[in-house]
Amino acid sequence: MHDFSDKIVLITGAARGIGKAIAERFAQANATVLILDLNREAIDHTVSELQGAGHQAFGYEANVTDARAIEELFTAVVKEHGKIDVLINNAGITRDNLMLRMKEEDWDLVLNINLKGAFICTQKVFKHMMKARVGSIINISSVIGLMGNAGQANYAASKGGMIAFTKSCAKEFAGRNIRVNAVAPGFIETEMTATLSDEIRAEYAKVIPLNKMGSPQDVAKLCMFLASDESEYITGQTIAVDGGLTMQ
Amino acid sequence: MDIEAKVKQIVMDKLGVEEAQIVPAANFIEDLRADSLDTVELVMAFEDEFGLTIPDEDQDRLRTVGQAIDYLKEKLG
Repeated sequence: MHDFSDKIVLITGAARGIGKAIAERFAQANATVLILDLNREAIDHTVSELQGAGHQAFGYEANVTDARAIEELFTAVVKEHGKIDVLINNAGITRDNLMLRMKEEDWDLVLNINLKGAFICTQKVFKHMMKARVGSIINISSVIGLMGNAGQANYAASKGGMIAFTKSCAKEFAGRNIRVNAVAPGFIETEMTATLSDEIRAEYAKVIPLNKMGSPQDVAKLCMFLASDESEYITGQTIAVDGGLTMQ
Repeated sequence: MDIEAKVKQIVMDKLGVEEAQIVPAANFIEDLRADSLDTVELVMAFEDEFGLTIPDEDQDRLRTVGQAIDYLKEKLG
């Protein structure tokens, strides 16, 4: 495993699901992990779990769509911890519905949190990374952003938007030695997918070349690689963790 | 340190140029080889150093070393 001693890693939406798995993995690699989430209770739970295991973890209650709050928070974080080495834009939601039934507010909410949230956090962290002349930003997109999905037009647009956003930022920040990459998870076992029946699971598995769903740890491992110096010549890429589902 | 000296120091630090190159007529982009991001960084550094906010619409007024010094003197005067 890579060693992230003295590295500050900030992860949005990290109190649960894939974000939590990412936080755990970085914590195990000796990083100082900053957990940003909306849900105070979930934050406290995850932070005390990590601290109980002897890791460096801090929780922050914040909304990624609130530009002013994020700016103030990042400034405070840099004051407290000295820097932010890695930002992982993971906060995201779904509000699925078929196009004909999709409400405008469901479109706005998903685009706001998933895409605008990434924009705000990236813009605010860049200011600090630019001065340090080093950094890695990882945007958690989705295979749905690559291939689309019936009933998820809003989510697909937000995740596809993240990929294009990743490329633009990668070009803009490259001169400052700040890399920006996207990760596109496929079918991953989380609380969200835990409710699926065995039948549906088997259907999913059929179309995945590796014949099974992925784990949040699979996503975390890729994030760790993209945050480390092992990937120092990789920027602007979208890498799928999907068991081969979207291979090109 | 006066405004002029502070500006010179910031320009030296940010753009990695020699002090001799930092003359009033020196254009940040054309003469001192700043890219667009450098110019934003310079403005941010001026804001930090002098404790003021430089609005986006004023950034065109800071194309040369001399213009930057004049602008800051005017704002801080």
